[in-house]
Amino acid sequence: MPQTQPQASAADVAPDEGRRQPSPLVRSRKRNGERVILGALWLCAAISVVTTLAIVVVLAVEASVFFRSVAVVEFLTDTRWTPFGNPGSPSFRVGVLPLVNGTLLVTGIALSVAVPLGLGAAAYLSEYARRGVRKTLKPFLEVLAGVPTVVLGYFALTFVTPQLRSIFGSDTVQVFNAASAGIVMGIMIIPTVASLSEDAMSAVPGDLRQAAYGLGATRRHVVVKVVFPAALSGIVSAVILAMGRAIGETMIVAIAAGNLPTMTIDPFDQIQTMTAYIVQAVTGEAPRGSLTYQSIFAVGGLLFVLTFALNLVAQRIVTRFREAY
Amino acid sequence: MGLSTPGRTAAGAVQDLRRPRGRTLKEQVFHVVLSGATIVGLVVLTVLLVDVFADGFGRLRLDFLTSYSSRHPERTGIRTGLTGTLSLMVLTAVIAFPIGVGAAIYLEEFAPDNWFTRVMQVNIANLAGVPSIVYGLLAAAVFVYLLEFGRSLLSGAMALSLLILPVIIVAGREAIRAVPRTIREAGLALGATPWQVTYRQVLPVALPGILTGTILALSRAIGEAAPILVAGAVFSRRADNEPWNLLEPFGALPIQIFDFVKRPQAGFEIEAAAAGIIVLLTALLLMNAVAIVLRNRYSSQL
Repeated sequence: MPQTQPQASAADVAPDEGRRQPSPLVRSRKRNGERVILGALWLCAAISVVTTLAIVVVLAVEASVFFRSVAVVEFLTDTRWTPFGNPGSPSFRVGVLPLVNGTLLVTGIALSVAVPLGLGAAAYLSEYARRGVRKTLKPFLEVLAGVPTVVLGYFALTFVTPQLRSIFGSDTVQVFNAASAGIVMGIMIIPTVASLSEDAMSAVPGDLRQAAYGLGATRRHVVVKVVFPAALSGIVSAVILAMGRAIGETMIVAIAAGNLPTMTIDPFDQIQTMTAYIVQAVTGEAPRGSLTYQSIFAVGGLLFVLTFALNLVAQRIVTRFREAY
Repeated sequence: MGLSTPGRTAAGAVQDLRRPRGRTLKEQVFHVVLSGATIVGLVVLTVLLVDVFADGFGRLRLDFLTSYSSRHPERTGIRTGLTGTLSLMVLTAVIAFPIGVGAAIYLEEFAPDNWFTRVMQVNIANLAGVPSIVYGLLAAAVFVYLLEFGRSLLSGAMALSLLILPVIIVAGREAIRAVPRTIREAGLALGATPWQVTYRQVLPVALPGILTGTILALSRAIGEAAPILVAGAVFSRRADNEPWNLLEPFGALPIQIFDFVKRPQAGFEIEAAAAGIIVLLTALLLMNAVAIVLRNRYSSQL
């Protein structure tokens, strides 16, 4: 069914850089003085590449200092994270798994909030809402993504946590817990899921819907059985991007989720994420050159690799499946 | 039996006419669930705002804005954060705006279609997905220690500049792309050089759009705490330090809010933090209002 569609709709959604008509200025002859200006402009654009390289080099160099004292295998497999003691003493353990566990727990909670709500909102905006309703609702939804994360952290700690404690009992729910941070983070990434999924759903050609209606399908059937599968690649990449945002989110977890690196999967327990550890280490005045200070670059490096990989996967999915119709 | 089957189908058809397919219970439930999902985010946003105002409005007095941080919750203030955020934003704009616009002009008007251009384009998209705290690590290693700016306003502003650069570049490119091609062709035909066309024809038309994008990018930077925390922002400063010196230590509003939330007394954790949040959200609202006004004027112009 997809192959019969013209390519225009796909090109409309994601204007391809290469195929757009280039500016008439590209090929026009420049004076010598203008070449200098052009060089300066090129430098501005190249700064972005330099930034990426600098991030990679900094994280690699500083982490390699850390890995001179700590074996990579120990870092990746040990299940205790107690990096504040004396290096060499038995109380000094630097296995990153508890931090990864905490990060994944919060991310999992966030996604289980954001994916159903985000997809529901996307389906509503794309398939049900009238144009006027969509035009007013969408900016309000985007506001959520613009709320500073310290504010969301405050909300998680002083509003959501007390609610959870009154519902589930203050013996079960700790003051700092993964659940409240995860829920609020989920709300924060709804716009990411909703907005990109809606783009994908709106890009599904109208003829597919008309054909389904013609066969007697209801609107619900069209959404679930036609639009959703056809937009799946866009939806998956939206979810992956949202996941990357959740993994890298810092202030909500630093405020509301606690600073106790454990291997728990209980959402009401205190945990620590990779990002929250970095905040704890830098605000705790770990002196530069100490192994504790170097450890933030090892953790940061892992964080960078994880989020970068997720971004690449998301982009690959979009570009690979974009031409489906 | 042979007769009863079509009879039943006919009855079914009549029923279908009375309850059109779009109106069955399942359809309605599905519709309500979807609109409910859309509303949840807005409801939470409203609850958040009401909660923050209920907690912090009483604490919001003039001396809260003009006092330095104190150990006593009733005497503490956000002066360090306010002045710090103000100077951070000015410095970040001064650094990020020219670089971002320069990059946008290059990519949109002059970049040849080669592999390096494509690398730059893919890279800008990737940079937008890098967690903000990683920019803090970069700044800590390069600006604070390698270039020896120390834990200073300059290091913080450069971290924020790198963070919002992709946003400014993307917004700038869109604004420049929206300028009609005919304007460039007309300029070239009249003998203007490519840079004259860019500087005198394209940029003035694209400027409102570029400014809107820049303000929105800055409104992202104003709420960021993670990168400047890692780059060395401080919770409080001594009264005799003023924030205009680029190499002085600096505070910021989100950092101050974080500090308040972390303290155990309710006077800090609840009231002072909420009052600080109201100030921060007000600043955000003002920036967005300016951006919207600019955008509206811009769209009526074309």
